[in-house]
Amino acid sequence: MDKFKRKDLLGIKDLSAEEIKIILQVAETFREVSRRDVKKVPTLRGKTVINLFFEPSTRTRTSFELAAKRLSADAVNISTSTSSLAKGETILDMAKNLDAMAPHVIVVRHSSAGVPHQLAKASRASIVNAGDGSNEHPTQALLDAMTIYEHKGRIEGLRVAILGDILHSRVARSNVYLLTKLGAEVCVAGPNTLIPQDFQHLVENGLTICPSIESAIQDADVVMVLRIQKERMNEAFFPTMREYSIHYGLTKERLKLAKPDAIVLHPGPMNRGVEIASDVADGSSSLILNQVEYGLAVRMAVLYLLTGGED
Amino acid sequence: MTDEHNLIEKVRIMDAARIDRALSRLASEIVEENQGVQDLYLVGIRRRGVPLAERIAEKIKTLEGALPYLGSLDITLYRDDLSTVGASPIVNRTELEVDIEDKNIVLVDDVLYTGRTIRAALDQLMDFGRPKKVRLAVLIDRGREHRELPIHADFIGKTVPTKKSEIIKVMLKEFDGEEGVGIFERAE
Amino acid sequence: MRLLISGGHLIDPAEGENSGKNVLIEDGKVKAWLNQHEPIPEDVEVFDATGMIVAPGFIDLHVHLREPGQEHKETIATGAAAAVAGGFTSICCMPNTNPVNDNAAITRFIIEQGNRAGLANVFPIGAITKGSEGNELAEMGEMRSAGIVAVSDDGRPVPNAGIMRRAMEYAKDFDLTVVDHCEDKSLSAGGVMHEGKWSLRLGLKGMPALAEDLDAFRDVLLAELTGAKVHIAHISTKGAIEAVRLAKQKGLKVTCEVTPHHFTLTDAAVEGYNTNAKMSPPLRSEEHLEAVLEAIKDGTIDAIATDHAPHHPDEKNLEFDRAPFGIIGLETAVGLAFKQLVHTGIIDLVRLVEMFSTNPAKIFNLEGRGTLRPGAIADVTIIDPDLEWTYKVENTRSKSKNTPFDGWTFQGAVIATIVGGKIVYHRDRF
Repeated sequence: MDKFKRKDLLGIKDLSAEEIKIILQVAETFREVSRRDVKKVPTLRGKTVINLFFEPSTRTRTSFELAAKRLSADAVNISTSTSSLAKGETILDMAKNLDAMAPHVIVVRHSSAGVPHQLAKASRASIVNAGDGSNEHPTQALLDAMTIYEHKGRIEGLRVAILGDILHSRVARSNVYLLTKLGAEVCVAGPNTLIPQDFQHLVENGLTICPSIESAIQDADVVMVLRIQKERMNEAFFPTMREYSIHYGLTKERLKLAKPDAIVLHPGPMNRGVEIASDVADGSSSLILNQVEYGLAVRMAVLYLLTGGED
Repeated sequence: MTDEHNLIEKVRIMDAARIDRALSRLASEIVEENQGVQDLYLVGIRRRGVPLAERIAEKIKTLEGALPYLGSLDITLYRDDLSTVGASPIVNRTELEVDIEDKNIVLVDDVLYTGRTIRAALDQLMDFGRPKKVRLAVLIDRGREHRELPIHADFIGKTVPTKKSEIIKVMLKEFDGEEGVGIFERAE
Repeated sequence: MRLLISGGHLIDPAEGENSGKNVLIEDGKVKAWLNQHEPIPEDVEVFDATGMIVAPGFIDLHVHLREPGQEHKETIATGAAAAVAGGFTSICCMPNTNPVNDNAAITRFIIEQGNRAGLANVFPIGAITKGSEGNELAEMGEMRSAGIVAVSDDGRPVPNAGIMRRAMEYAKDFDLTVVDHCEDKSLSAGGVMHEGKWSLRLGLKGMPALAEDLDAFRDVLLAELTGAKVHIAHISTKGAIEAVRLAKQKGLKVTCEVTPHHFTLTDAAVEGYNTNAKMSPPLRSEEHLEAVLEAIKDGTIDAIATDHAPHHPDEKNLEFDRAPFGIIGLETAVGLAFKQLVHTGIIDLVRLVEMFSTNPAKIFNLEGRGTLRPGAIADVTIIDPDLEWTYKVENTRSKSKNTPFDGWTFQGAVIATIVGGKIVYHRDRF
């Protein structure tokens, strides 16, 4: 029960409900640490965390960096949009090079799905997936779960709507895995072009594809809005941002369909006025800023749990 | 952590009544030194130090008619042996609702052995503020020869000379369903 | 020089032969079949094939040898060495070298390198269009004179139906089979695995089966229009199989091949982002695998070809998205065919030989091959159907090691490979 024995955190897909709960429980403690005057604990003193970001991301990288520092680990950031891999270095080379610096944790974000998994096989360090292609973004799902727990007191039995670009979204996948494992009913909706045909088979139960945004929001306890990327327009997934906002955006009117005490989440960064109306983003249901605080606690918990013990 | 199933109890050195008497004595020694409950702040070290601190506080209330401040520390994040304790343990809450600044802190723990737990507790305490002074109260002191740091207890329930191979277990009804202190040894 | 393969069980589907026969070879040709109780002629070297299957040499219609241009992955010599170790006496190599085999000079170079290696027969396949760019026809006539056996723009299928029509019409003049890698890239662009449950689970971009189906149906319709000989490479989808079935019902000259990996693995093999499970066409889902096995059983699929595609480890050790498509396959094809097709009762040994030898020879008009009738070229594959063995890629003769089958155990092993009467491979000797 009080054991967490993984070397890596590659995704939510392979975690048990029990493991998810342990992470969330530990994260709760770290929220308390973040409220102290001295927000730093010596837990990971002498350990090195490398943040290896192949995709630009200020928020997630900063969050991981701060998490490492608050645990007294040394954090090194390697941010590169034009990866060294482009120069012909293989995943294996990279893993060996980084291993030579003997880091304890490598936090990796990459536009290709599976890079954290490949690194994990080749490296002695613990690998944390900070987002890989369209595959997973486990810490985002964990912080979303923490936000929901905090405001709803439970996840089991809740109705959660996930709206937008499901096809390309790692956030959607990680959230679907996590929320269904913990017993929520998840409904996804968005433009038909951005909802994979067999998506409901991603998990065994608890997931449905709704025919419309409205039917997904209906009676929802939680409404999660995904970021829509402009590039999808050029790939013919939808015609214009304007049309997207009219037909698929979360407006105040649409939000009225949800339960009166429903909460609104967005992994950020937001396109205000496109997938989410400004008055919703800034409204009382919106917990978008709270998510940042939870993100830090969750990442501290993950770093702590992965490095805290060696079997 | 210790594998509970492989321990054999060699001797029971305290029962419920003796624990209670020891705590009463600790309570009076503490108020004696502090001259009352003024600025007195009992801080239990998780897990077993917490109920012990609460019990001592109750006894102080009986003696002095007022409760000292009460808090608890979880030292997990301050341990120096994180990578040798096995798979990561759960971290419990540290609760210091009242500011420790300029208070007379008495750390309370069940057993004093190497002194490392107390070192971690002191470090953590310092991150929360600057107390006027810090004292240490323990139910059992295993003796100076085991100490790995220059740390000693100011209030001691009972000193029990032990061998390194022996394990002292303080059992409290909150966690163990019974009250008592025993000397255990690992089964071969 | 005379060689007698004695004591073996001769399977030659072209001649309807399936019994114990000794095969006498002289001057690189099959001289005669002898009954096994007849006395052994004098002055012959005897190959004892007791308990073994003696078959006309296996022909691989689809390999990539990387020479010229990418010799760090494979050379014609290393590819041919892997071929004979896998029981193949002839290999037909795709034109996607650098430069592309779209002219007679390259064709002659490949043939020359094949001769120099002196192992398997190396038959080049010429490009359909110049540089395989899909725009202008390559000089098929000149390449035919130089020795190509078919044309294909494998890997870069001709997207333009009009050009494909002209290619088929023109190839017909030279009796060249047009081989097509069926993939409508407007549907599969950017995809790295089969589109389905697993691509969803792994967050990888999928290549829908439809991309293959559409091109296969297009090719069948064009084959009907032009009357050309069309061969669908590495068939992998239910829909493409339907297209071939339709063509055969209509009596068109349409044939197809399947790779061992497409009759063995599904897209589940990609789990863990194993780049040795990345190929094109991709490993398909269970449903397609079943359709493939059914089509092997009912004869819709004519041949087994490996699509041997060597890649250097440095290329395969990349992100899944960036790793190249393809695996090596020459040394595991026979083992996999036994494991997946023969031992499961889907096909018998006669059909196995048909798919590895008889039919491939017909599909590319390889005169004097695919049979051991007296007078035929003495290309022979000798197999012990009972021998158990384990494939260890560290011992491969290929220059590359990209296979998902390392460590697999098989029952049914190639014992010897004879090319033009000469033993070029023997399991125990070299």
